[in-house]
Amino acid sequence: MTAEKDVICIVCPIGCKILVKTNGKDFEILEGNKCKRGTDYARNEALDPRRMLTSSVLVTNGEWPLVSVKSSKPVPKDKIFSVLKEIKKTKVNAPVKSGQIIIKNVAGTKINILATKSIKK
Amino acid sequence: MVELERKKMINLNVDIAIIGGGPAGLAAAVSAHENGAKNIVILDRNSWLGGILTQCIHDGFGVEETGISMTGPEYADIYIKKAKKYGIKFMNETMVLQIESNKTIKAVNKKGLYDIKAKSIILSMGCREKTRWSVLIPGDRPSGIYTAGVAQAFINLYNIMVGKNVVILGSGDVGLIMARRLKFEGANVIGVVEILPHASGLPRNVVQCLDDYDIPLYLNHTVTYIKGRERLESVTIAQIDEKRNVIKGTEREIKCDTLLLSLGLIPENELSMKAGVEIDEVTRGPIVNQYFETTVPGIFACGNCLQVYDTVDLLTIDAKKAGKYAVKKMITQNNNIIVQTGKGVRYVLPQIIDNPGKIHFTLRVEKIMKTPVLHVFADKKEIFKKKLPWANPANMIDFKLDISNDIINTKDSIEVVLYDG
Repeated sequence: MTAEKDVICIVCPIGCKILVKTNGKDFEILEGNKCKRGTDYARNEALDPRRMLTSSVLVTNGEWPLVSVKSSKPVPKDKIFSVLKEIKKTKVNAPVKSGQIIIKNVAGTKINILATKSIKK
Repeated sequence: MVELERKKMINLNVDIAIIGGGPAGLAAAVSAHENGAKNIVILDRNSWLGGILTQCIHDGFGVEETGISMTGPEYADIYIKKAKKYGIKFMNETMVLQIESNKTIKAVNKKGLYDIKAKSIILSMGCREKTRWSVLIPGDRPSGIYTAGVAQAFINLYNIMVGKNVVILGSGDVGLIMARRLKFEGANVIGVVEILPHASGLPRNVVQCLDDYDIPLYLNHTVTYIKGRERLESVTIAQIDEKRNVIKGTEREIKCDTLLLSLGLIPENELSMKAGVEIDEVTRGPIVNQYFETTVPGIFACGNCLQVYDTVDLLTIDAKKAGKYAVKKMITQNNNIIVQTGKGVRYVLPQIIDNPGKIHFTLRVEKIMKTPVLHVFADKKEIFKKKLPWANPANMIDFKLDISNDIINTKDSIEVVLYDG
């Protein structure tokens, strides 16, 4: 299925509106971008949009009730809510060290969830 | 009857006292140490260091400065570790009560009352959020109305969910970030209402926090009424015209239990003012020269209490300079010039130039321009002209310009102007 869609470029503050034609595999820019970085951005957005994911995980016996976490790599956009669901179910015991793996291979994505803060007991 | 122990005033002498241990204070402290200062103390009212970064668990910090995208706590940790390694002293849970122009500080904590004499003071108190009373929204006073930053602290630090059906007024970055955060926590984010014809926050946040999750952004709209007996029951939103008058017939009542306010930030400068530091009416931060020195010699300012920065990266770069100049005090001439804001420009920093040299200016424009051209005039004679790729009030603009000895000695002021086309 070929579809046309608008991508708003976020590489710089100009914010070009790039009109993209894609069938999920191939990709063509119809109009809009002013630079090469815009082309790369639009390609990723059209073919494989991903986002860094940040949230928090419950901590037991810690000085704070939560530890902030992030994905080790950008998560495919359509997997964001299944990853969040697993994050929500997780509990971790204090102490927690920043960088520590909290969930391995979250929601089958081969991406890990890492602590971004240290929490003392 | 309880005998109160009479405690003596605790006297301290330091080279540099820094008010506020957020990103600006930490960067200034680290830089002051690297430039030779020995006895540095950071005073902060919180029990932790890193200020607001602690609750900013999203990523995007550090990209411009280091090329790596970090979360708020990770970014803060870099500077906290460095400051600890350098032996910088921290006084947490300490409230600064007063700063005097002779650079003495009165502060209080559980141990008692302090009298701190400093050779230099760096102001880095940050901002407070604007509240409902800054924009005077009529209606009831139910629970369920939060500033975006307070909601962020509740959710990200204290594990307290703020509500289920949420309307956000104002499209500042914190509001946009919170729209996504609330969505992640299972709330129904009904929409973001913005009085301006464009978003106030960064374009990347509009795309990644609203567009990604189909959260509508109502531009040229505002909240005109708040209804609710105990808990918020509804808000009325309406479209406005160019003069910000409500267009009759566009009012719409939206059922919701929570209203988040992301109306912008107010630099926190009560302490600065008491010390006699002059405040810029537009930035609401101290007036500074190119060395980040305020109008009170030996008192410097950096971070969001100076101007509200777009990103922590840009803030850190400037705070490091403030830290350096607080150590290596520059001897200023008597002939200084004033930097005036001309057409199209909301404000420019620094406001005063004391010595010739390459000056780094930062400014904010009044409105979006398609083909902006920046001009600098010295007594009506153009000394600089540059085409800019974009001009957007949401993004700070910076430029460098050599200010010659001749200009300093013969002119009273320079004017920065931005024309479209």
